[in-house]
Amino acid sequence: MKKITLFILALTGNFVLLAQDEDLLKLVDKDSSKREFVENAFKSSRVINGHSMEMIAKGNLDFRILHRFGVINNGAKNFFGLDEASMRMGFDYGISDNLTVGIGRSTLDKEFDGFIKLRAIRQSTGERSSPVSIVLVTGLTINTMPWTDPVRDNKFSSRVGYYHAVIIGRKFSEAFSLQLSPTMVHRNLVPLANDKNDAYALGIGTRFKLSRRIAFVADYHQILSGLDRDIYENPLSIGIDIETGGHVFQLHFSNAAGMNEKAFITNTTDKWGDVRFGFNLSRMFVLKKKKNN
Amino acid sequence: MKKVFAIVIGFTAIVSSVTAQDKFFTKTGKVSFYSRAPLENIEAHNRSMTCVLDSKSGNIQFSVLMKGFEFEKALMQRHFNENYLETTRYPKAEFKGQVLNNGEVNYTTEGTYKARVKGMLTIHGQTQEVETDGTLTVKNGKLMAESDFKVRLADYKIKNDKMNNISNTISVSVNCSLEPLNH
Repeated sequence: MKKITLFILALTGNFVLLAQDEDLLKLVDKDSSKREFVENAFKSSRVINGHSMEMIAKGNLDFRILHRFGVINNGAKNFFGLDEASMRMGFDYGISDNLTVGIGRSTLDKEFDGFIKLRAIRQSTGERSSPVSIVLVTGLTINTMPWTDPVRDNKFSSRVGYYHAVIIGRKFSEAFSLQLSPTMVHRNLVPLANDKNDAYALGIGTRFKLSRRIAFVADYHQILSGLDRDIYENPLSIGIDIETGGHVFQLHFSNAAGMNEKAFITNTTDKWGDVRFGFNLSRMFVLKKKKNN
Repeated sequence: MKKVFAIVIGFTAIVSSVTAQDKFFTKTGKVSFYSRAPLENIEAHNRSMTCVLDSKSGNIQFSVLMKGFEFEKALMQRHFNENYLETTRYPKAEFKGQVLNNGEVNYTTEGTYKARVKGMLTIHGQTQEVETDGTLTVKNGKLMAESDFKVRLADYKIKNDKMNNISNTISVSVNCSLEPLNH
């Protein structure tokens, strides 16, 4: 009897000794399935022209200066397009992490635009995870050019256009992100008799990180209907994102000159042979700091 | 035989309950870090550090999810995760070590005790041996563990940028309130 007890004592004693070398964290670490958001699928809130699945963080203001130059193959007399510059200046603000609003004004068509962008679903891992982010964007454009036909009974509503997009995006890995964005553009007044008021397009945007601060980006919109395909081309932009501190520079080549969804989807008439250089500059300002203590 | 079993069961129960109360833990430990550089000061806080301390052996372990650090500027947080700590590739920082003077700490008597801690610290996938001073405070059956120490970026292969926007040496402050661990 005593022997057995001793034996068992020895065993349990031994066990206690062994236990000292165990991983103490295993005793308490059980909730590894905590929900975690997948961040930074794109460096900027635009892939190049179109909206990306990224939002502006709460309390941050993104000041954006965009330039599109003339077509490169105009040659040296036009300094490869750099003589002609068209720009858009804009401000985007993060009301919350899932709600961004923005305004801008483009040289092209002397156009004002504004948008509301809402992230309905955020890509995440762990509990209640989602494989994709789903972002809704709706925008308004107002061109302020002199009326082309002053004799006609011109109404203000003729200056107005709208765009609506659903962005479904996923960051597949640290380097690779891809998004699809079915987009609808409505113009109250169209320039050509053959143009429909409603145009539909499917956007495809991707990012491939080359280093921690540099990424390759491509942004393509396939026109689905509503536009005369003999006149209008699918906008394609290819570029490089460079991030330095609070700035993101996007340098790219594109056949589109427009800098809002309405403008680049329904206004691109150049083929990719007539490509132009452009850049987006984004500067982030922190207006409201997060409370922290 | 029955007696033996009863004794054994009783004894193991005692043993395990005793060992259980030897251990203290928290999942809401606080860890902060500070960088002081000419251009800007940076600080970040994390309130979900896990810590387990075995008072019998003096073994102590910490684990913290790097993505849980909160900065006052969202852009800083993004750069921390994306460019500096690469937190998707290296999600956790861990410490595994020992209270060297564990014999001098009386875990059953209220009071504040100096503690010398030594062990392996893993950040950004790099492990270094560290030794630092801290305090252990026993109060109301709880155990407060506090320590301040410095971390050199280069030791953990964390690349500073060319403009040295962040300090090359970061001050880290740990503050945990541990409770007895019951199974």
